[in-house]
Amino acid sequence: MTGIDLDRWEVVIGLEVHAELATRTKLFSAAPNEFGGAPNTHIDPLTLGLPGSLPVLNEHAVELAIRVGLALNCTVQRSVFARKNYFYPDQPKNYQISQYELPINVDGWLELPSGQQVGIERAHLEEDTGKSTHVGGGGRIHEAEYSLVDLNRAGVPLLEIVGRPDLRTGEEARAYVSELRAILVAVGASDGKMEEGSLRVDCNVSVRERGAAELGTRCEIKNINSLRSLGRAIDYEAARQVDLITAGDRVVQQTRHWNEDDGRTHTLRSKEEADDYRYFPDPDLVTLDPDPSWIERVRLALPPLPAARRHRLAETAGVPLEQTALIVERGLDELCLAAVAAGADPARTITHAEHNLSDERARALDPAAFAALVGMEVGGQLTATQAKAVLAELVEQGGDPVAIAAARGYEAMDDAELEGLVDGLIAEHPEEWARFCDGDGKITGFFVGKVMKATQGKADGKAVTALLNSRKG
Amino acid sequence: MSATGPDARAIAAAVRAGERTAAEVLEEHLGRIAAREAELHAFNHLTEDAARAAAAAVDAAVAAGQDPGPLAGVPVALKDNLCTRGVPTTCSSRILEGWCPPYDATVVTRLAAAGAVAVGKTNLDEFAMGSSTENSAFGPTRNPHDTTRVPGGSSGGSAAAVAAGFAPLSLGSDTGGSIRQPAALCGVVGVKPTYGLVSRYGLVAFGSSLDQIGPFATTVADAALVCEVIGGHDPADSTSLPEAFPELTPHLADGVDGLRVGVIAEMMGEGISPDVAARVRSAAEALASAGAVVEEVSVPAVTHGLSAYYLVAPAEASSNLARYDGVRYGNRVDAPTAGEMMEATRTAGFGDEVKRRIMLGTYALSAGYYDAFYGKALKVRTLIREDFDRAYASHDVLLSPTSPTTAFPLGAKVDDPLTMYLNDVCTIPTNLAGHPAMSVPYGTGDDGLPVGVQVLAPARGEVAMFRTAAVLEGSLR
Repeated sequence: MTGIDLDRWEVVIGLEVHAELATRTKLFSAAPNEFGGAPNTHIDPLTLGLPGSLPVLNEHAVELAIRVGLALNCTVQRSVFARKNYFYPDQPKNYQISQYELPINVDGWLELPSGQQVGIERAHLEEDTGKSTHVGGGGRIHEAEYSLVDLNRAGVPLLEIVGRPDLRTGEEARAYVSELRAILVAVGASDGKMEEGSLRVDCNVSVRERGAAELGTRCEIKNINSLRSLGRAIDYEAARQVDLITAGDRVVQQTRHWNEDDGRTHTLRSKEEADDYRYFPDPDLVTLDPDPSWIERVRLALPPLPAARRHRLAETAGVPLEQTALIVERGLDELCLAAVAAGADPARTITHAEHNLSDERARALDPAAFAALVGMEVGGQLTATQAKAVLAELVEQGGDPVAIAAARGYEAMDDAELEGLVDGLIAEHPEEWARFCDGDGKITGFFVGKVMKATQGKADGKAVTALLNSRKG
Repeated sequence: MSATGPDARAIAAAVRAGERTAAEVLEEHLGRIAAREAELHAFNHLTEDAARAAAAAVDAAVAAGQDPGPLAGVPVALKDNLCTRGVPTTCSSRILEGWCPPYDATVVTRLAAAGAVAVGKTNLDEFAMGSSTENSAFGPTRNPHDTTRVPGGSSGGSAAAVAAGFAPLSLGSDTGGSIRQPAALCGVVGVKPTYGLVSRYGLVAFGSSLDQIGPFATTVADAALVCEVIGGHDPADSTSLPEAFPELTPHLADGVDGLRVGVIAEMMGEGISPDVAARVRSAAEALASAGAVVEEVSVPAVTHGLSAYYLVAPAEASSNLARYDGVRYGNRVDAPTAGEMMEATRTAGFGDEVKRRIMLGTYALSAGYYDAFYGKALKVRTLIREDFDRAYASHDVLLSPTSPTTAFPLGAKVDDPLTMYLNDVCTIPTNLAGHPAMSVPYGTGDDGLPVGVQVLAPARGEVAMFRTAAVLEGSLR
């Protein structure tokens, strides 16, 4: 299978993300909501689906759902819990309590770091299922010798966030999930760990010829366990569909399973033989109608969200929006803003934050010290290389950049001293100097390197280059 | 006729005053059980040992100068669909045979806290689906007044236990008449409270939006006392109303002077046995002579109650009973795959009536049929509520027969589900509306068997309902 001709084909992607909400207890009972634990220890009568047990809605889960809804610019509305009926051994009641016709959050959007807006159709509350382990027969339920059921996860609150099919590439899909995860973490709704399954991504992919008005038939891909897999699965699935259509075949609507090992998607089940879930309102629960004043309190308590933080940083520092993404992701935007407020050069501040502050401890950096360092560099007291070294030490140990620079012997070189050094080198290396004068740019590094060696890195590379150019005559 | 002992209030008063011991009271009732249980089969499971321990605890409390509560030393029987910690709870189904819940239903906890002594779990139609207790996997219960006849159902065991003097009180559950109809057929008082006034936590669900727990008793005052003990808000049930059960006992002697009583016209004609209708008229006259304003009233939508009920209740049941799959608890029939194991377990574990209702409900909720069946039934439900509201705008309580006939012979209707369903034609509309209603014994029919009169009230209308019931009870003395 080869890459598809994107001039002819358009890939349409919509994602359904299940986020486990970071509550202390389950969605409808007091059993603990914790990852791991010995099998079947985080349980109680409701988790087991015991006769006579009844669900009682977890208020904190509702608050987290509202936080996410507001962060995704959704309308928070009156909602109803429904039963989705289907038999499966790890589904204790053989129905899942979810929201169907009336979800708590509808009609929102999120903004990617590129500025692109992606629509959110709904974000609704539901309970998670348990986990089955099929022993023997290749791990699939139909051929297994026996199956083990662990209900620790059953009843854990999930928010299912259904995105609109606004995405067109694997890269956009990855950016969407990253952004969503950042929002979930920012509002404290979820830890966003894909590897622990607290963030699970199902992906709907279809293809159509560019300009076509109708969407193509879509396939849903499950079992995507990382952002990398998401991109790969989309690329594979889009190519598979294009190949089918090009060969005169048609795409069949179905659920497909991503296999990380062979890098392909495989048929899981056809939608045409799909279950009838017989949804109906759960009579054990009442309508969820959050008080408007509660919603307002939640809205006011929301922290600044990634998109707003990116915009603020870009505007304040006068840099393009894209340049702020990594900084905000690392949580360094407040530091940058404070440094700029303390007088640091915005462009230099942003460059350092983007390239030289990947260390997690950078978030604790003293903005005044950071600003002072940037000032020393811009003022010519430190070279770029020296500034980077001082910054690294500031991150590791803190302190005063002036003192650190002095301790390291980073004193700005005397102009006369540098001139003498450069003139000496020109005299010692006439051949190289001739090449430099002929405009061979590559030879610049030769002279700069010699100067750096002689000065143990104290010289400013830019100053050396300027000096060389001035000697060309 | 059956012989019952003293009523619950008399027992509790004597025990609290130290005049009788709970142990003595218990043994007297266990003696009556020993004498007649083999013949009646009111119980699925007796808990004599636990009962003796509970009675001893009550006596110890009294001896220590403490008050064990308003039901001190009163034996109670519990329908076997109420969860009891460590005690088998079967719903009279093979699928749950031997299963012991790890927790008590809220009503069981509240009864125990009031000093009551649980003596056992009573027989019912499997998962409360039926009107004769013949659908029990463990054999039918017989009517103490005539053992060739059914006690009604589904709470037939609880009704028979009180009628036979096995306990002065019992609890049942009422989804479409399962307390009131057997109360009528066994000649005892039976109450279905307002939906939400008694917690359903620990009641094994049949039709969750209709199910309500309530008491059987020999007197109206005893039934009122039980409602006060078991009722009121429970945070474990999301559909529980955020309020206490209305105080009833202080109002039992208030009478019905000026009370507006309507006799439901649609429940007095076709399909109602003339001798039963005659008892209702006689009850209406008794109320009128006690000062009530009595007239006939039409509640047209109630005629659609049965049809709507047999869509709503089975639909909810089909989902509620999905959990009985052999995976986690209850009986399992092994098979090669998980799916086949579930199928084999359910095929062997459920009786015919339960399967019939699961199929009905599954069909009613299916894609493409939902609007025509379940959706329409919900609309009928709204119409019934509206028609009742209109009737209650000018009436405080309504009156009707509880059951169209007196107790019928065992086997008479068991092969004809539709005829069996008609037993609940007078009781079902109340469940659909979420209102309270109760059955009060009011003499006998032509066959000498008990007739019950149903008193209906609007939501939270229990005080007027009990005042009316108390006057009816008094008018027979």
